[in-house]
Amino acid sequence: MSAESSVIRVNGTAVAPPGDPRVSLLDFLRETLGLHGTKKGCDQGGCGACTLLVDGERILSCLALAVQYTGRDVVTVEALADGDRLHPVQQAFIDHDGFQCGYCTPGQICSAIGMAGELERGVPSHVTEDLSAKRAELTAEELRERMSGNLCRCGAHNGIVAAIAKAHQAGQLSDSGRAAR
Amino acid sequence: MKPFVYKKAGTVAEAVRAGAAPGAKYLGGGTNLVDLMRETIEQPATLVDVTGLSSDIRRLRDGGLLIGAAVRNTELATHREVRTRYPVLTRAVVAGASGQIRNMATVGGNMLQRTRCAYFYDAKGSRCNKRNPGQGCDAIEGFNRMHAILGASSACVATHPSDMSVALAALDAVVHLDGPGGPREVPLTELHRLPGETPEVETVLRQGELVTAVELPPLSWAKRSTYRKVRDRASYAFALVSVAAAIDVRGGKVKEVRIALGGVAHKPWRAREAEAALSGGPATVKAFRAAAEAELADARPLRDNGFKVELAARTITAVLGELAGGVR
Amino acid sequence: MNEWSSSKRGDLSRRRMLGVVGAGVVVSALPSRSGAATRPGAQARTAGEGLVGAPLPRIEGPLKVRGAAPYAAEFTFAGMVYAALAFSTIAKGRIISIDTGAAEAAPGFVHVMTHVNAPRMRPMMPWASSEKAAGNDAWPIMQDDRVRWNGQPIAVVLAETQEQADHAASLISATYEEEPATTSFAQAKANGTETAVLGGQPVHIEIGDAEAALAAAAVSVDATFHTPYQNHNAIEPHAVTVAWHGNELEVHDASQSVVHNAWSLAQILGIEEHQVHVTSPYVGGSFGGKFMGMHQVLAAASSRLSGRPVRLTLSRAGVYRLVGGRALTEQRLALGAGRDGRFVALIHTGTSTHTPDSPHPELAQFVSYSSYATGTLKIDLQWAHLDMVANAAMRAPGEAVGSFALESAVDEVAVALGMDPIELRIRNEPQADPLTGLPFSSRNIVEAWRAGAKRFGWERRNPTPRAVRQGDWLIGMGCGAGSHMYARESGGAARLTLTKHGTATIDIAAHDAGMGTATVLTQITADQLALRLDQVRLRAADSALPGVVPGIGSSQTTTAAATIIAAQRKAVAELLKLLRRDSPLAGLTADEVTPRDGGLAKTDDPARHESYSSILTRARRDELVVEATGGNPTESEQYSMYSYAAVFCEVRVNAVTGEIRVSRLLGSMDCGRVVNARTAAGQFRGGMVMAIGLALTEETLYDERTARIMNPSLSEYHVPVHADVPEIDVIWTGIPDPQAPLGARGIGELSMNGTAAAIANAVHNATGTRVRRLPITLDQLL
Repeated sequence: MSAESSVIRVNGTAVAPPGDPRVSLLDFLRETLGLHGTKKGCDQGGCGACTLLVDGERILSCLALAVQYTGRDVVTVEALADGDRLHPVQQAFIDHDGFQCGYCTPGQICSAIGMAGELERGVPSHVTEDLSAKRAELTAEELRERMSGNLCRCGAHNGIVAAIAKAHQAGQLSDSGRAAR
Repeated sequence: MKPFVYKKAGTVAEAVRAGAAPGAKYLGGGTNLVDLMRETIEQPATLVDVTGLSSDIRRLRDGGLLIGAAVRNTELATHREVRTRYPVLTRAVVAGASGQIRNMATVGGNMLQRTRCAYFYDAKGSRCNKRNPGQGCDAIEGFNRMHAILGASSACVATHPSDMSVALAALDAVVHLDGPGGPREVPLTELHRLPGETPEVETVLRQGELVTAVELPPLSWAKRSTYRKVRDRASYAFALVSVAAAIDVRGGKVKEVRIALGGVAHKPWRAREAEAALSGGPATVKAFRAAAEAELADARPLRDNGFKVELAARTITAVLGELAGGVR
Repeated sequence: MNEWSSSKRGDLSRRRMLGVVGAGVVVSALPSRSGAATRPGAQARTAGEGLVGAPLPRIEGPLKVRGAAPYAAEFTFAGMVYAALAFSTIAKGRIISIDTGAAEAAPGFVHVMTHVNAPRMRPMMPWASSEKAAGNDAWPIMQDDRVRWNGQPIAVVLAETQEQADHAASLISATYEEEPATTSFAQAKANGTETAVLGGQPVHIEIGDAEAALAAAAVSVDATFHTPYQNHNAIEPHAVTVAWHGNELEVHDASQSVVHNAWSLAQILGIEEHQVHVTSPYVGGSFGGKFMGMHQVLAAASSRLSGRPVRLTLSRAGVYRLVGGRALTEQRLALGAGRDGRFVALIHTGTSTHTPDSPHPELAQFVSYSSYATGTLKIDLQWAHLDMVANAAMRAPGEAVGSFALESAVDEVAVALGMDPIELRIRNEPQADPLTGLPFSSRNIVEAWRAGAKRFGWERRNPTPRAVRQGDWLIGMGCGAGSHMYARESGGAARLTLTKHGTATIDIAAHDAGMGTATVLTQITADQLALRLDQVRLRAADSALPGVVPGIGSSQTTTAAATIIAAQRKAVAELLKLLRRDSPLAGLTADEVTPRDGGLAKTDDPARHESYSSILTRARRDELVVEATGGNPTESEQYSMYSYAAVFCEVRVNAVTGEIRVSRLLGSMDCGRVVNARTAAGQFRGGMVMAIGLALTEETLYDERTARIMNPSLSEYHVPVHADVPEIDVIWTGIPDPQAPLGARGIGELSMNGTAAAIANAVHNATGTRVRRLPITLDQLL
């Protein structure tokens, strides 16, 4: 294996995978690397709090064995802001009160960014009417369906949806390029 | 989670070699297997990671599609030919799980996911013949709202949770396998088993066999196909009842029809009785309803899931009506 | 002297013009109400620069969106080990043996604690049994071989990593001697029920002869309603990270009661209260589920035994097994009315499941105490005792499920009378508290109804069920009322520090699990001192700080506001003592000055002003520290005080499949003054979303054969997802309550109440089917 494919890139830094293959990508980040931004809500794939980006795609890090992610580029919530400047989606979450307790928030934000990439790639959803369309419009219904893998128990759904819609309209939702660098 | 050895396979041959070892299991996206391992329900000694194997979707000479087992669910649903020629498949895939899970889950893994029966999942506290053969089944007289109404046995009433597989069943998909005994093909409808007295044996896969691909026949009229999933919340929930259907209506008559049901049985349920009842007959709501009732005549509901019989009948009728285009 | 009124009459209309809330929804101002009763002598306060009421963003927002806010399981100690639990698999009996051999041989194993080697500990004390008690039961924790419920922790395993701990715990096996257990509701009722007790009083009230009045009523409804077990399901699982330093215990908790938990741990572990330090700066949701639990005790005890710091994060299943939730209820709701729509009888009785020593009665009947003038009233609650995990308080305990029954029945009576359900409610408005006879401090539910109806377009509702259809979708509208009793805790205390730099620190052991407390208390402090927000620092959620301010009963803001106001007054008095003789304020009394522009000014001559910085600097003081208490909530004894909600809902029901979608929701609130329009809107929407779950999707499945919870997961316990939640409109009257600190009553639980009924009533309007059993799943509509 090449050196590149034997390490996991986490927010741009190459790290060796855990020796214990049982370690999930989520626990690897939180317990080994001390990156607590990605949250553990259920460890069952049922809540979306652990959502992060791998090669730009959103996944659930609790169901991901870390050893499976060598050679991949992992981006967590910690890497979204540019120093003091928040990522536009992060700022939109504040502006639209898209959270209360804050525990599902990193997952919601990463999920929104991943969703934007899916829209660009023309990934259809359960509520997409015209499957032949090259790109789905992000209606409120589409947004809610596509974000339904991220639970929020505080009931901040309206704010989350408003924040994501606003960032999307401003063309800032998929602005995750710098994060991946 | 019990300790295990992790191996990543570079080729099918490598995978099959590693997978032949006792206690080995193939690992796809992990969305079901990792969860089951954490619950101690699955305790493999070796995990053979097959996500590096074929993740192509290619067109076959007969016009069909060959879908690599490692293709991710999102990729499958998005593929141009799948969404335009087999919309039922795209719709089934995007009705399942969440965006994140669909980005991880593979076609092979989706097919082989295990039941969500609450008693199966309760490894420490409940009896389950599937988990511990001969132990008894706590679901039969317990919470069984999500459970089977067709083809169940006195040993097991669990349902198969996959949406994708229901569409594949309707499309007469063929599963390509490889293993110690060499490659072979099995129709999707014959991949999964009914529980009978051995609910722990869920598929016809032999020891060490690996799903390498799934093949879709050309079925030009599958363009007129869809998937309807009825569940307890608007998204991110397993099916109470789902219907995959494709229909070809010519001059008011049913020329071809394919119907499969999800959420009602231990396997994706191909509704052959209904198809037979409809074939060549009139494409009317009345005929659709009669066909649905014929399919469900043998339904054996449990304490909590009697509603599934009527729900399935209504959903089949509505889906066929919608596909046939406003018939009466 | 009114201690709390902070608005003068002329101020009211401005205060009602509350700008913009959360999701960009403009909050409409209601028409000015004449005679909003401020008590004679009420003091006008002009402190603050309009900060109270402003829709300020959350102060911790940047930390949270960066994932940089540290939660309980994100604190680490050197040498820390990870805990995992093993649970009982029977409902009742004795542990004959526990085999820990395989666990001890597993890689990374550090320690195992069972009842055999656990240190001797006192039982938890349940809520209200002592000032700082906060438990849900009084059971001994791992002190004997008794199994009291299915899922009770029987072993704590510590290992070097979480993976190792989980695996080792999975290897533990136990043998039991089972005893007959009461695990079904029917069996529990057959065993004989006990009249519920609240505040030492049996829950049984009779005013007049309600049964006779019901029998004689021209129109009546007499029906049974069922509501299920539910769990809080905060997305952050319960977690605690603990370390012993000698005899001192440091606890990083996920808690809505830090002071209670420190006290509780001390008394359970047999050490002094001051030896336990509990902090909980960020909590990933609580909803009544994160008070004192047994997991903190297990972590502390196993840490002591092993000599290692411990992190114990409950697995999601562990949360269900250890932390109870909303109890199951069966309610009889009978309502009789005359032809004119006037209620003549209200009977609200029933049975809730309950566990021994649980301080939470699941008093569904409470909503019927004061909602309507009914002439006669009969209230009774029976407890059916089951062998199961102790039930807990879950957002709007009792009321959430009680208002479903009451407000559904009101709707049924309206249908029977052919009367608009809002008009029916208004017709039965009480003039004083129907139960106590006390005057209402401020009750403007009628205005809330009118404003809500207008905004929602209620006049477009077709009262005939099943009359509106779009394709396969039946459309209906419904409404429901909610109320939530005002509460202010008597233990409120705060420490205020003013510095010579003109900044302030407010220390108060309050909690923010997303309610907005941190923002709101900072805002109130700045307002009270006429400082800018960035000049005020709040320290909270730390047991070493003053105040006993649990996040309970929607009371934190009122409790804290009273203490902040008291601290401000004390500080003003102290500042006046420090004035130099040449101060522009020299010679003035506290009654004559008002905080203004970073200092004090003569109330009627703002030009006479000196800044805090100047006062302290010239007095050669670095800082001024005062501590104050909020005093006893005597207002609750003199007035009937409630917040009110009028909730409107539109649903779409699929005529083929019975699928239900809430397509519109509006909450029109009357809750006194709103302190922060943004965070308040969040609370209102949050309660309404949780009530969508209550109405349509949520149920904890207890297998009645075993009392085993069968859906301990977020995959199979269905909280609403984004696709279930429509845009939710919220408005409020904004009329300050003259009896409440700052004019503000509680809001955290209010909107849970009335919403489930509004949904159920809309379902009836859409389909003609009256569903009296929650959740309203599609099979009930086929």
